[in-house]
Amino acid sequence: MALRYRWRLAIAVPATVVAASLQVLIPRFLGKSVDEAQGFLAGGSPASAASAAETQAVLLTTALLLVVVATCRGLFTLLHNYQGEAIGQSIAYELRLAYYDKLQRLGFGFHDQVHSGDLIARGMLDIEGVRSFIDQGVLRVIVLVLLLAIGSSRLLSMDFTLGLLALSFVPFVGWRATVARLLLRRTWLKLQKRMSLLTRVMEENLGGIRVVRAFMAQDHEMKKFDTASDAARKLADRRIGIRFRNTSMMTLAYFLAMALVLWVGGLKVLGGVISVGQLTEFLAFMAILQAPVRQVGMIVNAIARASTSGGRLFEILDLEPTIQEKPGAPSLENTAGMLTFEHVDFGYGEGAQARQVLFDISFTVGRGQTLGIVGPPGSGKSTILQLIPRYYDVTGGRITIDGRDIREVTLESLRRAAVVVQQDPFLFTAAIENNVAYGDPWADRYRIAGATEAAQLHRYIEQMPMGYQSLVGERGVSLSGGQRQRLTIARSVLLSPAIIAFDDSTASVDAATEQRIRAAMGERSQAQTTVIVAHRLSSLMHANEILFLDEGKIIERGDHASLLAQRGRYYDLYRLQMSGAEVAVDPPAAYGAKVS
Amino acid sequence: MTAVQDAVGRPPRAVVGSEIDVDERIFGAAFDGQVVRRFAAFVRPYAKRLTLAMAAVLVFTLTQLAIPLIIREAIDGALLADAPSRSLLAVLTLGFVAVVAVNFAANYLQLTIVGRAAEHVLFDMRRAMYAHLQRVSLSFMDKTQVGRLMSRLQGDVNALQEFLETSVFAIGDLVLLVGIVTVLLVLDWKLGLLTLSVVPALFAVRIVWLPRARKAFLRARETSSLVNGALAESINGVRTVQGMSREGVNFQLFNDRAFENLQSHLRASRFAQIMVPTVDTLTGAAMGIVVIVGGNLVLNGSLDLGVMVAFMFYIQRFFDPIRSLTMQYSVMQRAMASGQRVFEVLDVPVDIRDKPGARALTDADGSVEFRDVTFGYAAGQPVLKNVSFRVESGETVALVGPTGSGKTSTMSLVHRFYDVWSGSVRVGGEDVRDVSQDSLGRTVSMVLQEPFLFSGTVLENIRYRETDASRETVEQAARTVGAHGFIMRLPKGYDAILEQRASNLSLGQRQLLSFARAIVADAKILVLDEATASIDSYTERQIQRALKHLLKGRTALVIAHRLATIRGADRIIVLRDGEVAETGNHKSLLAENGLYARLYAMNYASFDDMTKDDLNGSR
Repeated sequence: MALRYRWRLAIAVPATVVAASLQVLIPRFLGKSVDEAQGFLAGGSPASAASAAETQAVLLTTALLLVVVATCRGLFTLLHNYQGEAIGQSIAYELRLAYYDKLQRLGFGFHDQVHSGDLIARGMLDIEGVRSFIDQGVLRVIVLVLLLAIGSSRLLSMDFTLGLLALSFVPFVGWRATVARLLLRRTWLKLQKRMSLLTRVMEENLGGIRVVRAFMAQDHEMKKFDTASDAARKLADRRIGIRFRNTSMMTLAYFLAMALVLWVGGLKVLGGVISVGQLTEFLAFMAILQAPVRQVGMIVNAIARASTSGGRLFEILDLEPTIQEKPGAPSLENTAGMLTFEHVDFGYGEGAQARQVLFDISFTVGRGQTLGIVGPPGSGKSTILQLIPRYYDVTGGRITIDGRDIREVTLESLRRAAVVVQQDPFLFTAAIENNVAYGDPWADRYRIAGATEAAQLHRYIEQMPMGYQSLVGERGVSLSGGQRQRLTIARSVLLSPAIIAFDDSTASVDAATEQRIRAAMGERSQAQTTVIVAHRLSSLMHANEILFLDEGKIIERGDHASLLAQRGRYYDLYRLQMSGAEVAVDPPAAYGAKVS
Repeated sequence: MTAVQDAVGRPPRAVVGSEIDVDERIFGAAFDGQVVRRFAAFVRPYAKRLTLAMAAVLVFTLTQLAIPLIIREAIDGALLADAPSRSLLAVLTLGFVAVVAVNFAANYLQLTIVGRAAEHVLFDMRRAMYAHLQRVSLSFMDKTQVGRLMSRLQGDVNALQEFLETSVFAIGDLVLLVGIVTVLLVLDWKLGLLTLSVVPALFAVRIVWLPRARKAFLRARETSSLVNGALAESINGVRTVQGMSREGVNFQLFNDRAFENLQSHLRASRFAQIMVPTVDTLTGAAMGIVVIVGGNLVLNGSLDLGVMVAFMFYIQRFFDPIRSLTMQYSVMQRAMASGQRVFEVLDVPVDIRDKPGARALTDADGSVEFRDVTFGYAAGQPVLKNVSFRVESGETVALVGPTGSGKTSTMSLVHRFYDVWSGSVRVGGEDVRDVSQDSLGRTVSMVLQEPFLFSGTVLENIRYRETDASRETVEQAARTVGAHGFIMRLPKGYDAILEQRASNLSLGQRQLLSFARAIVADAKILVLDEATASIDSYTERQIQRALKHLLKGRTALVIAHRLATIRGADRIIVLRDGEVAETGNHKSLLAENGLYARLYAMNYASFDDMTKDDLNGSR
């Protein structure tokens, strides 16, 4: 990936080399100026005016050079820091896009299993971890290594023994850094897990606060919180211990090396092997290293965090969506909406976890017709609907539209042709019109109003102070369950799909409003294939065919009249509902037009 | 500015993420006495440790200051003295080692103590907020989004932790700065003053730089939260995204946001990096001064060479504390803004609390009585007006009425989620304000319309209140509501783990579990908000059957939506606009030919969605 930032690297790397070389020049100039001053002193007591002026001139040049070198070093450091950060930010940007794209493509099966909070945490914290790894980890390591390499060649050439001593702390720091990295990596892994757990505990508690209150379970909830929180705190303490123990040990090693230089260097000065200026250069060079050595701890921490973060990210990025388009699949155009299930089997999960939920489902429904599906909870009604737009793939048999297997066409065209109105509506924090036009953001006003009129929502929206611009969703005005469902109906109706499937999506809408919706949709449904899953029989008893599902199998089928005549489960259900609530015993005339 | 458009160049009616996420202020005033005082209360338990840490910081700083001085002594006293001394060099080296050892100990202490104390303060504050949220009035929780609270529980406390951590080290920086200035002036005041003359230049530069840079930093943070908000939204709504084939448009919109984020971060980075050559130039200038002026002083014989070397060492360290101290300013601003939000949460009043010496409600008879109750959420807008009724022990009463008639409020008052404005709510003959909340909670059990379940096993969820209930009790409860069958079909039965919000169960199954949970809680009084429609007829038949078992020997107040439930009640109370409109049973109310009869005739599945016209008009 870094190859894509070739030109940035082409600037950053030479800039780093130049900056490090310039940095090494500074102790050299300092040493030189010390030698000049000292040499003059040692040169003889009768200070001749000429040599004094000469020395002064040298000092002046050295001072000017120092300023120039320091400024240049600053400029080159700016260059490499900026380019380095730009690389880090650009990689973060690309990772973010890749991650977003992947999550949008991973199917329902994946999202069923992974906690959304966890996915959000990965997208926020782990991308940031990788970025800071490049910025604080990789780049600083390069700087440190270059500084050491260039500095040590100078020091070793000046005085080999002293140079070795000055660098003697490096292997120790390297060793501690490796140990710390391994330990920190393990701790970070655990800590990240604990923190997501804590987040989940808090999020659930706050979301379910009414239940907590209703059961007076505050103490129980506090205990849950404390368990999660204490576990995280212990790890956080451990992390701090490991990190700072090693940081201070590395600094200690560095300072001890300095003491050695002072001792041996001092002896060499006394022995006349090196000058005071050279000793100063040694020590000044080491002083420059103090900040980077202190940063090693931070670098190690960033690397440890990033390697776990990177792992967590690539875990997702490497997943292949289970629902895949065939290469070169044609799109499904101008469909006649002839939907057929041929001996469809389906199960969730794989291997030992596998659980079959649908057995040998077959039916055909065409344009202008309605298929109704009823059955007890968990019988697989919703699952049938989720298979039509390929949210999941069948495990046996096949589903066709106009005789063409849905696995043979592009996903987008399939999902344009077949829309499921979901049971749990999700609203986005945005204007109502954006929500209605979610599937076609370029829909004009008239189409939007047409869709909301069909869903019996137009009048209500117009009454709102901001009308279609009113903000809904998590941060917007709250809508009742029925209104949310009607909004999702409007959202689907707007697309005029060839096949529309209602997943109990009028459950929270009252019967009278539901009737009006059906009447409004009457004309549209002539041109559509409709599948309805509902608990309320009045929602689907007008259907051309009704399937009665139990434990994933069709146990009764037929139209309303013939099912009643069978006196089976459907008949029981009908009796039950009618005795409970004497609603709509006779289907009113307004029920969707029957086409046989 | 969006690049997304259709063939004729119109932008879509679409956004990803929402701008309103940003309205939380990121920076506040640099110092807010109130916030600091409140924060101090959380730091106090760690006062001793932090004092020790402070001492360690001071010692650490002093050792840092001592090192150039030792080098100076070595040069002037041992190496360049008239009689060079090997033994003095040995002594000084040993001194150096001693100082370094102290430096190590102090460094380790300051880092770990401060790091851990700050971490602990963070955990303490989070716990305090969380515990407080368990007690604050529900009307606060009603209006506040979970996401916002979470960002306080996580983001804001982190800002305060960072503040505490950097404050301690900032004190060390300050001491180091003062120390270096002092040492420089003591060593040679003329050279010291000349060297320090570069400092005002640095301050001048930073004063010009800071406001602009801050704006850039702020924008970078804002765009980060926008891009994260957009990501979170798309993850939460991923099924809708895929169902509506919005992947393509969303990706482009997200790309716009992410790209803006990239640009603003690069801009912020340019601002941050411009300081590097500035500081380097000034450091170079200071060293230049030492070389020229110091060098000349050495030539004159009025300055020791070792002092000149010491100056060089100090100057290299000099700008570090200045740099971190100016950074401290924005940390403080961030902390103050975060602190205000944290303490805002902690200051939400807990208005429902036990009276001193509140009695436990033990031998209550299970009656519920409303005496002249007036109540509302916003001043001047009562939701219930002078409501009076009595439910006898063992009686089942259905509350019906259109949306906004006050049914849910009535139910909440029985459990004392809120306190009444006037009148009283009595359970077992006692005013609910006179008894302990805990005992009230054991007497009154609630089933909410939205069946909220927690992550964990089925078992844990059913015995949510009675955490030590036996497996048999749990199973028995599950059988009573007819949930045993589907639970046994789950891969691990009662030990099956429920996913987030129990999304691996159907709505009806979740409802059944919440019923079982209420049964295990086994309270005398049951307050039930019937689901409008989430239960299918099968489950409902089971529930109706189970309810009969459950209600036996219990008092029940049911917000009823289904005629079956309503007709099964001993008595029906019809609410309208916060007042009791009618009372009676199904037959007598029909005979009265009032509101109930009208509602009934409307053929509504529930009375909730009625319009004003429906209520007022005759049929």
